[in-house]
Order: sequence, then C-alpha cells, then structure tokens
Amino acid sequence: MKIVTICGAGIGSSGVLKVNAERALRALDLEATVVAADVSTVRTVAADAQIILTTQEFVEAIGKTNADVIVIVNLFDTSELKRKLEDALG
Amino acid sequence: MSLPPLPESAIDIGAFAADWRSAVALSGAALTRSGAAKPGYSDEMIRMIENHGPYVVIAPGLALAHARPGPQVITNGLSIVTLSEPVRFGHAHNDPVRVVLGLAIAEGGAHLAAVAAVANIFNDSSAIDRLADATSAAEVQQIMGVTPS
Repeated sequence: MKIVTICGAGIGSSGVLKVNAERALRALDLEATVVAADVSTVRTVAADAQIILTTQEFVEAIGKTNADVIVIVNLFDTSELKRKLEDALG
Repeated sequence: MSLPPLPESAIDIGAFAADWRSAVALSGAALTRSGAAKPGYSDEMIRMIENHGPYVVIAPGLALAHARPGPQVITNGLSIVTLSEPVRFGHAHNDPVRVVLGLAIAEGGAHLAAVAAVANIFNDSSAIDRLADATSAAEVQQIMGVTPS
C-alpha cells in the first residue's frame, strides 16, 4: 500500500504527517510506504497511491484522484491519524 | 540526525506580533540572528502561506513556518517565537497561534530526520502550552530537549 502526504513545500507539514502516519500504521499493525510530497507533484506522486493524507487547504488543489483523501486537523494527534486511517482501510 | 540547531539567539520569548505576517517575520528574524537564514527567508515563508493558506497551523496554538530549501537558507536551523498575545492565522480549527516554530532546511531529502525529531517533541500534547508559557530561552531549550549553548 502507498500513502502520500501532501503540503505546500513537501517538507514541513507533509514531513510531520509522514512521521506520524508511520507511527499510527505501526500501532495499527499495517504496512505501507509513506511518501511526503508537495502539492505541485501530487498527480505523479499519488498516481498509484491508495491514500492521500493532507490538510483542508490542499483538498481543492489535489482535485480528482482515485486515492482516498483524508484530511487531518491536528498533525501531532496520532489518535486522530489512527482513527481516520482505520476508517479508510477498514 | 536530531533536531536542527536551536541556539538562544533563535528564541524570542513573549514577542508582540500585530498579525500573522509579523509573527512569521519574527520567526524569520530569529533564524537570521542565529545564522540559519538570510533576511529574505521571512518573505518566502510568508509567501508559502499566502499561496497555500494557513495550513502551517499544524496543531492547536502552533504554527510551523518554513519555506523550501534555497538560496535564502544558510544552514539547517530552528527558531521559536512565543507570542505575548495569540495571533489568528485564519485556520478553521487550530487558531489562535501562541507559538511559531521557524524551520530552515538547507537541502531537500535530508530533512525528514529533523522533522521526525520535531514531531517526537510535539506528540506530547502538553509541549505547546509549556512552550507558550516558558519565561526564558533556557526553559524553551529544555522543553525542546536541547542542551543550552
């Protein structure tokens, strides 16, 4: 499974999302490759992704995609991440 | 790799910012004081928010201000500005901001370990409040797990 985290520069928020998504996946005993990227590259990076993790601001720019787009509010809240990943994958 | 350097010069306690642009500019000024970024980095960080919205407010009360690696970055560095009065960035859930974390990254790719170190600190949900209430740079460094320079 491939998960892509998206933000404006592909460094800060998407990096935090990647680190915490990996943590949540471990807690859920799920395996996935998590890639952080900036929104301008979403078409190519997320072409084969099952899930896109991002914040509300980027939903419109991500546009139509086959992946499930999950919006995270508090990037440091691993319980929010766990709950939303479990909902999407369950 | 651990946390990017956070020297005392990159810490600004109880600063006043009239709006989010001033708050981000203060975090850029702190990165310039510590030698991590050139003065133009502030404008780059502000432009990221103008272009993409207030997504940098990544948790209640905390903004992670940063731009891309580029000529305005001198070396990896972190800055922390705590605000005397909370500032609204326009975020639907996580406003108002009390702590601005400024991040300068010199090269793409090598940044994830640094970001992971930041995430480790803030996965403790009390860290933001403790930073906002800190009264000295040494206290901020202690919360961030940095040995005072």
